[in-house]
Amino acid sequence: MTEITPVLRLDGIVKTFPGVRALDGVSLSVMPGEVHALMGENGAGKSTLMKVLGGIHAPDAGRIFIAEEPVIMTSPQQAKAKGVVFIHQELSLADELSVAENIFLGELPLKSFGRVDWKTLYDTTDAILETLNVGFDARTRVGDLSIANQQMVEIGRALTVNPRAVIFDEPTASLTDAEKVVLFKVIADLQARGVGIIYISHRMEEIFKITDRITVLRDGQYRGTLMTAETDEDEVTQLMIGRSLDLSRNASHHQMGDVALEVRDLTCGALFQDVSFSLRKGEVLGFYGLVGAGRTEIAETLFGLRTPSAGQILLEGQAVRITSPIEAIRHGISLVPEDRKNQGLVLGMNCRDNMTLPQVDGLRAGPFVSSGAEVEIFDHYKEKLDIRTPGWRQIVGNLSGGNQQKIVIGKWLSMRPKVLIVDEPTRGIDVGSKSEIHNLIRDLAAQGYAVIVISSEMPEVLHVSDRIIAMFAGRVMREFTSEEVTEDNLIQAISGIKEGRVA
Amino acid sequence: MTTGRRKDALKHGAIWGFILVELAFFSIAGEFLAVSDKAFMDFDNMLLLLKQSAPIGIIALGMTIIMINGNIDLSVGATYALSAIVLLDSMTWPALQAMGDWAIPLAWGLALLTGTVLGALNGLIVWKTGVDAFIVTLGSMLGYRGLVFMINGEQPTSHLNWTLVDFAEAQFLGLHTATWFLLMAALALWLLMTRTVHGRNAYAIGDNREAAVNAGIRVGPHMMWNFVLIGFLAALSAVVFYSESGSVNPNDGMLFELWAITAVVLGGTKLTGGYGSILSTLGGVIAIQLLRKGLGHIGAATETVNLVIGLILIAVLLLDRQLNRKGKEELKI
Repeated sequence: MTEITPVLRLDGIVKTFPGVRALDGVSLSVMPGEVHALMGENGAGKSTLMKVLGGIHAPDAGRIFIAEEPVIMTSPQQAKAKGVVFIHQELSLADELSVAENIFLGELPLKSFGRVDWKTLYDTTDAILETLNVGFDARTRVGDLSIANQQMVEIGRALTVNPRAVIFDEPTASLTDAEKVVLFKVIADLQARGVGIIYISHRMEEIFKITDRITVLRDGQYRGTLMTAETDEDEVTQLMIGRSLDLSRNASHHQMGDVALEVRDLTCGALFQDVSFSLRKGEVLGFYGLVGAGRTEIAETLFGLRTPSAGQILLEGQAVRITSPIEAIRHGISLVPEDRKNQGLVLGMNCRDNMTLPQVDGLRAGPFVSSGAEVEIFDHYKEKLDIRTPGWRQIVGNLSGGNQQKIVIGKWLSMRPKVLIVDEPTRGIDVGSKSEIHNLIRDLAAQGYAVIVISSEMPEVLHVSDRIIAMFAGRVMREFTSEEVTEDNLIQAISGIKEGRVA
Repeated sequence: MTTGRRKDALKHGAIWGFILVELAFFSIAGEFLAVSDKAFMDFDNMLLLLKQSAPIGIIALGMTIIMINGNIDLSVGATYALSAIVLLDSMTWPALQAMGDWAIPLAWGLALLTGTVLGALNGLIVWKTGVDAFIVTLGSMLGYRGLVFMINGEQPTSHLNWTLVDFAEAQFLGLHTATWFLLMAALALWLLMTRTVHGRNAYAIGDNREAAVNAGIRVGPHMMWNFVLIGFLAALSAVVFYSESGSVNPNDGMLFELWAITAVVLGGTKLTGGYGSILSTLGGVIAIQLLRKGLGHIGAATETVNLVIGLILIAVLLLDRQLNRKGKEELKI
């Protein structure tokens, strides 16, 4: 490989912000046809490096080469003109416009007098879509597409130039497994055309499936580049966090208590049907399935955000009707939602206020809220959950993902819930904090909490659960104990293969 | 995180710093340009300034809460006018006239009730229909103003009650009655927003409505109470002002909603909700009044005043944006 010149090379990039050395001499080279993973915890410098590459930040030192020609990047547009294209995690598409208009946004083909050349526009776009092998055409309104297809539009945008290098930033964050397969195929096609690819992701499975080399950053420093075929998750994790991550099975050894929650034939329209399960105190029940299998919807129904069309919910043996989060909370059901920033936290508020939000009415002394009582609760859970923040005045939006998640968990623990539902406990959380959250969930079970964990990551479900419910298309396919579950039979169950169904 | 707190203090203090700059500027410029030979920082002049800040100020305080909530209320000017008419008209009713001076508290009560009901109506529509507050109150602004014209046509409604005028013109500890109402309202609302559950919820809902719902906060009723509150405050503002003036034109209170919003925004409250402070709004109100008086003091025409305030408002928002964006960049390393 060394005889071929890299399509893209970053050499000794240094970038300092006031008080922080965000990048300290980072180097990275991407060969034609290579998929190069860029890994590191949140804050390791991945995004800063990509911002330097995209011309958003000017580096303090170091050089960028495209096909061994030194270049100075000044803007993402200029980078694109030079053949370096970014596919961002957050899609930036105009919902009301057509696929074609989005792909050629800002560079629509024109006829005389500034009229848009619609025919050329649609024809070129359809040609691009054909190479992507997608099931929609140039005239489709973008707002009508699924997230996965919208991402394809974003990729189509990259293909309007002849790209030399494409950077994917967490591209699979909101994709289902089937959609991932399509994405990986597109990446393989790009590879075959000799495009160099930088692939940023937290997900080990994917990294090991599709990449050729892995470069790891830690605290803004280059920690090394590994050949994917010659390394394993352990080694990469160690480079990333300086220690290894324990993801072994973890069934409870403590005694389980009484049944905390029992759900009988719960149905919510087309979202899920005839879901039955029970949950004991001290137990972690995992829900695993593809996106759209109905897991989150079950959680939302238990929390009163959706109204079931049939079925029963029994809390500690008593049938309850839950029609709003207020009632769910009163009954002792708590939900740590999957989208922490939009559903779980008030980002502009400080840590203490976020934590006491659901119960602040009970912390009054006369008409006024007792700040002392609030700080007491916050301090208790800060210590108990090891929340790293300088103090309760810290604005939650400034905390790391892991600490934010702990604030949400602390918020509900302080309500002493009978059932704690955690939806995607470690989404968007870096590797180091992941294991902390996992341990926390295990600890809570050991203390007698009844916990439901919903996750799209198989290692996570296997790691934290005592029992696992596999779902497919709104139905419970099978229930596993931690002894009988294997990766294979779990995958079978969530793919809708009915063999061995226990329901 | 002392830098964060320092920045916060800076943001809260900014409007008061601006007021000091205005005071210094007009005092010095006044030495050369003043049309009168009185000093600008004359004590009586300042007391008058506070009194004149009261009508829009009281409304702006309520608007702060509405805006922290992420809503807006465009109907306050019309509510103000309608409450004023109820105040003055009711005192001419035979039943009330027979009661002598006891008519005064009753007329006050009726006027305040009017504002409260009008606000509740806004709030109820916002809650029950889920239509954006901007649209709802745009409609009620037109509707309430229509009611004003239906009552007395183009004619002013007048009634002078000298006992009431005496009360309104009184000075207690140097401050005018209107100023006292402004300060008391500010204190009460400051306590409401910083010390109570309602205030806490107001910020939470404005910042992230979904998270607030998930924390078990009843968002609809909460918003309705805020509209009730601003309706009451618009009426209170009318009651305080018209007790003294004794005559209301059907066009009175027009553009009050925009002046109130200007003061709130100048005080640093976010249009998108979730951030803002009562005290800073009070600063915003005083800053605007100071600008009006100051420009008058150095001989500028009324038209110029609006132009200058407009320019300053845009400049302030630009500055705020720059400061905020810089802060965000630094955080996102």
